[in-house]
Amino acid sequence: MRASASTETLEAAVEFVAVHKWYGAFHALRNINLTVRRGERIVVCGPSGSGKSTLIRCVNRLEEHHRGSIVVDGVELTPDVKRIDEVRREVGMVFQSFNLFPHLTVLENCTLAPIWVRRMPKREAEDLAMKLLARVKIPEQAGKYPGQLSGGQQQRVAIARALCMNPKIMLFDEPTSALDPEMVKEVLDTMTALAQDGMTMIVVTHEMGFARQIADRVVFMDNGEIVEINAPDPFFDHPQHERTKLFLRQILR
Amino acid sequence: MSDAIAFVRARPEPLDPPPTFSRGALAWARSNLFSSLGSSLTTFVFVALAAWLLPPLFRWATVNAVWSAPDGVLCRQNQDGACWAFVAAKLDYLRFGSYPVAERWRVDVVEASGAGLIAWLIWPSAPKRAWGALLFFVVYPIAAFFLLRGSPTVGLPVVDTLLWGGIFVSLLTALVGIVFSLPLGVLLALGRRSELPAVRLASVLFIEFVRGVPFITVLFMANTMLPLFLPEAWTPDRFLRPLVGIALFSAAYMAEEVRGGLQLLNRGQYEGAMALGLNYPRMMALVILPQALTMVIPGIVNNFVGLFMDTTLVSIVGITDFLEAMNNAFKDPVWSGPTIMATGYVFAGMFYFVFCYGMARYSATVERTLARGRKR
Repeated sequence: MRASASTETLEAAVEFVAVHKWYGAFHALRNINLTVRRGERIVVCGPSGSGKSTLIRCVNRLEEHHRGSIVVDGVELTPDVKRIDEVRREVGMVFQSFNLFPHLTVLENCTLAPIWVRRMPKREAEDLAMKLLARVKIPEQAGKYPGQLSGGQQQRVAIARALCMNPKIMLFDEPTSALDPEMVKEVLDTMTALAQDGMTMIVVTHEMGFARQIADRVVFMDNGEIVEINAPDPFFDHPQHERTKLFLRQILR
Repeated sequence: MSDAIAFVRARPEPLDPPPTFSRGALAWARSNLFSSLGSSLTTFVFVALAAWLLPPLFRWATVNAVWSAPDGVLCRQNQDGACWAFVAAKLDYLRFGSYPVAERWRVDVVEASGAGLIAWLIWPSAPKRAWGALLFFVVYPIAAFFLLRGSPTVGLPVVDTLLWGGIFVSLLTALVGIVFSLPLGVLLALGRRSELPAVRLASVLFIEFVRGVPFITVLFMANTMLPLFLPEAWTPDRFLRPLVGIALFSAAYMAEEVRGGLQLLNRGQYEGAMALGLNYPRMMALVILPQALTMVIPGIVNNFVGLFMDTTLVSIVGITDFLEAMNNAFKDPVWSGPTIMATGYVFAGMFYFVFCYGMARYSATVERTLARGRKR
């Protein structure tokens, strides 16, 4: 069922209303209410096991929610496979472990979905992929296999691969957590450039400097619930909730 | 100076070429064959065994052998050599069975074109392999059927499968088994991992049932039960029945092999594909199966080799395969003699070895090529 086309819902890129999720008996998401506006950059942070990855994986239904509603780009997520595919076409995702396809070259990784999902001619898909590889600053690696690249390069390819589908929303699930420290910056720089171009982004990360720099709002989660939402400066400078204060003390030292 | 704990490099350490590690044959032998007393003893024992066994075998197969003779008389007189003359005399029967002599060119054509197409398909840098695949999987089977069996409409007399036999029957059985068992096995493996309970149950039942009974049982069942299940007008040909049996039997084993490959794949590969909007068939065909199948190439080829050997069992349901043709050839009184059987079986062994070893080598090459491209 499409959401009503009022101006308010069209403004919303992603809308969670009273969303719950369980893993067996474990209550993983508890009454999540969150609206992400178009062009907005949301950073989700929180201790491990707080449900932040589960939250963004619900947006493209890598995880299904059990109660409440999630509307992505005007499409409500239900078990209907057609609708899930529709949402996934418009939502790009970057994973902690890259999830590049090791049997395909960098270029083939990027052109796979445009060719097979968007039905784009091969030439055109390759031109697009080369343009986006240039944007993440690794066009010279197009012919290599992912296994021949460094972690930072692989993650930038993963970003380019997602961008090749021309998504309206980008999800980042701890994109720098698996990287060696010296490669974190190149990936964050790529994401910052993307944010500056106005992409709607939901980013799960522990990079608090990055959060402060690009986020419009920071969402703090703990124990499967949203504890605090605020603009980055007040969030970091004057956290309100006790659990937020404790978390920030622990990670900022 | 000696107790300074700080250090700053003044000039870079030079980059030197590596020292030469290459050694002569003598050094290689010393480190690999005679590195210790145990190693020297092992080397000695194996060299002695080879020196004891190989020369007599070699003499039996070459200098002492009878290479040409009109009948078995010469072979009966010479008992310490092989009787290759027997194989030469029976070669046509071993190749074609009772296929009419005037029509045997049809088998030759099918064999030659099949070999050509297979070479086209397995040669990695061959041009236009997609066309080769189309020819091999669509055009070739139809053309081969009409050529081998014949049809009055194309002007070729019908040759009943009762007359088929020999090497071409063995090769045909193996080929049909290989070509059908892999896709069937992939479908069964996917079925076994399906989220639909009915599909999963059906796949599990089929796989476990087939793996739980001996191949001979499957052959007997295919032979006697297929006609019972189908309407009388459709009663399958007596050669088609074991073909169906061997494809189904092999598919069950192939399914488990493929399932093993699917389980090796990281969940992230599925998620990466799904997040890009690929639907299930595309995700499987483009991302999951290419990786899963290449990881289990050794197991798949192992199944192919097993299948090739299993083709010898079709003789049990009355098909004259190569080995059965060989056994028939032994019954000729003109060629009876003490060395005949040994010669015949050595020849049969070489035939099976050449094909199976060929498959094994090819799979090793493919594995190496893939590993080179994809690993760092």
